[in-house]
Amino acid sequence: MKRTFLSRALEYLIELIIKLCGISAVIFIFAIFYFVFREGASFMFGKFKPLEFFTSPEWYPTSQSHVRYGALALILGTLSVTGLAMAIAVPFGIGAAIFISEFCSSRVKETLKILIELLAAIPSVVWGFIGLTVMNSLIIRIFDVPIGLTILNGGLILAMMSVPIIVSIGEDALKAVPDAYREAAEAMGATRWQIITRILLPAAKNGLLAAVLLGVGRAVGETMAVLMATGHSIRIPSSIFDPVRTLTATIAAELGETAVHSEHYQVLFIIGILLFVITFVINLTADFIVKGIREKK
Amino acid sequence: MFKETSTGREKKVIERIAKIILGLMTACMIIPLILIVVYLFYKALPILSWDFIIKVPVHGMREGGIWSPLIGTIYLIVISLGMAAPIGIFAAIYLNEYAKNNWFTRIVNLAVVNLAGVPSIVHALFGLGAFVVFAGIGRSILAASMTLAIMTLPVIIASTKEALASVPCAFREACWNVGATRWQTIRYVVLPNSISGILTGVILQVSRAAGETAPIMFTGAVFYKAVKSGDIFAYGILDQCMALSMHLFTISTQVPDVPEALTYGTAVVLLVTVLAFNITAIFLRLFLRSRKKW
Amino acid sequence: MTETTDVKISIRNLRVHYGDYEAIHGLSLNVHKNEILAIIGPAHSGKSTLLKVLNRTIDLVPGAVFYGEVKLDGENIKQIKDVYALRRRIGMVTPLPVGLPLSIYDNVAFAPRMAGVKKKSELDNIVERALRQAALWDEVKDRLHMLGTQLSGGQQQRLTIARALSHDPDVLCLDEFSIAIDPVTTTRIEDVLRELRYKITIILVTNLVLQARRLADRTAFMYGGLLVEIGDTEKIFSDSPADRRTYDYIHGVFG
Repeated sequence: MKRTFLSRALEYLIELIIKLCGISAVIFIFAIFYFVFREGASFMFGKFKPLEFFTSPEWYPTSQSHVRYGALALILGTLSVTGLAMAIAVPFGIGAAIFISEFCSSRVKETLKILIELLAAIPSVVWGFIGLTVMNSLIIRIFDVPIGLTILNGGLILAMMSVPIIVSIGEDALKAVPDAYREAAEAMGATRWQIITRILLPAAKNGLLAAVLLGVGRAVGETMAVLMATGHSIRIPSSIFDPVRTLTATIAAELGETAVHSEHYQVLFIIGILLFVITFVINLTADFIVKGIREKK
Repeated sequence: MFKETSTGREKKVIERIAKIILGLMTACMIIPLILIVVYLFYKALPILSWDFIIKVPVHGMREGGIWSPLIGTIYLIVISLGMAAPIGIFAAIYLNEYAKNNWFTRIVNLAVVNLAGVPSIVHALFGLGAFVVFAGIGRSILAASMTLAIMTLPVIIASTKEALASVPCAFREACWNVGATRWQTIRYVVLPNSISGILTGVILQVSRAAGETAPIMFTGAVFYKAVKSGDIFAYGILDQCMALSMHLFTISTQVPDVPEALTYGTAVVLLVTVLAFNITAIFLRLFLRSRKKW
Repeated sequence: MTETTDVKISIRNLRVHYGDYEAIHGLSLNVHKNEILAIIGPAHSGKSTLLKVLNRTIDLVPGAVFYGEVKLDGENIKQIKDVYALRRRIGMVTPLPVGLPLSIYDNVAFAPRMAGVKKKSELDNIVERALRQAALWDEVKDRLHMLGTQLSGGQQQRLTIARALSHDPDVLCLDEFSIAIDPVTTTRIEDVLRELRYKITIILVTNLVLQARRLADRTAFMYGGLLVEIGDTEKIFSDSPADRRTYDYIHGVFG
């Protein structure tokens, strides 16, 4: 039995294409690192003043007389909206993860998981729209405030966007706890609630931490929803009813008006680098935490 | 270790309370969502019609339909996934079936997984810097599609690898033992048994590409472009285009006095499109599970 | 050095490394044409590794290297250019039964198809021949379209044998084929091997010493990556084999 020359030649060709695609994917992946850094690089190593960037709230990139790139207000904007979002999303997300994992029959579990997956699929611009319309009027009406595009609005929207990832990874973490632990505890007479608080949560804490981290990463990186829901004020906020601007929204709002390679353009890329680094570190940490569990087993 | 409670009834009460609270927390996420979606549909009802889909926006986008953004989005997802899917699938085949287990491969795998989590605005910056400026393509459907392709590539690679890895190694060894080559094994045994998983992954990325705004805002999507109603060949590859996600952003924040129903209608069409893709992927996954061959 | 013409496989000074770990340390033996050679020994003796070297699937194990001279029909296997053709000359049966997720027909037709056989009539003949040789034909001839994975464990092991025989090998290697199947099927497969003997060379790796005694012409005892002793089965199982360790292993002193 011998294969024809044609079929062997075709196979050689296909394997060549496969290897090329593998290599090109690697190239694209590292290209993302390269280009984002490149566009902000010359300013970063030139007239960029890191101290002013991180500590001054005066962001006047288009000023005629005195250009200032103080990003403190933007950083606080991101922190406040993300902080509020996590304060809501973490308890609800973990609570839902526990409910789905421990208290649900498998039919209900499947349905809920599908609903959560659909929740995660909603595009961020639609969330932004919801913040702009529904949330806006709700907040104005319920809290009796003059404007509804604020930290509160953005925080609520971001919470609903981050919850699915916390629930799905958290549920995975709980599922990964061996049944043997549960059975042993039951044999000793523990109630379901005791099992959850004393055995499962401590055993799954690494996975749950990873889930929360990934939720934070999602919230920090979100652009359109916060652009539309948090207002346009670049000021250090004093309450959750203040409008703010996040780092991501700033890039989105201002990039279109900059001239390519101008200072302003490059500073926006520097903000991009900052975001890239933050989310990369968060993802890497979550990765290591999860791998830590696997290695222990 | 466990507190001795005096009656079994006390235990049951605690458990019941816990179940209710946690159940409420879960409901708190899902019920508002359902209410919001229903509300969106309700507000959009006056305008939803076949005409809305086919006609283009007129009068400064305060009237008419959403044909031009809709067809623009279709162009973008077809071209971007037409590039990302084959490259991503082949790259995953390389990484899972051919690559040697050395430090370089491990770094690549790490980079793939972590790039899946990069914010969309960073992809926008990359697209602008690499395709519009450096490669000189300028703002166009091509640049925007390439940006979307790079955004979806890492996730397609990751999900394809998962699908390939779900085929047990024993099958591959059985094939090699009878003299099949690596590619023959992949083509006749591994791929056919992972294709549903691969397809699910690609469809989910189609859904994501359809909904994203930031990556296309600066690379090829525009505020407005004149197009004929119902024209399928509305754009050229180097033209800029309108897109559904961008359009929603535009008419709800940049254009004053747009009638409510129009904005809600646009939101609903985008939402339905995206959810339709996701539901298809979910059904595909369930179908695959029921037809499992081993 | 002249080699007698009835040597099918000759192994001289084989060493196998998995990374830093040496699995086989300098093994030499001959496999005679058309004999049944049993290889017995406790776990981690290198028996399975030896089989992997023979059909060069050791090349597919990351980090594995082998040194030494292994010849099939006088040809050094390291120098054979078409390694796939080599693998088709050797049939391999693994410990765990594997039914590919294809129909029974396609399971058995897989190897010939990959080798380039296209005509349906030829494939039909091969499938029937292989399934008959594996004593599975009568049970499945009316349901060849059924998925291979839906057969019982014993049937899947016979399907694996049919696959191994489908490409008409002159050497059949079985690696502990009976560990995952029931005794009845084991007996049937042993009958299959008795039918095949004298037509093809059979290498039977097993830790069931009695199985070796039943079937093999000659038996080799491997321990810790070394060949301790090889000889006629009678001698090995007698009260005075050449090496004390052989006697001890067979009589369950260790293992």
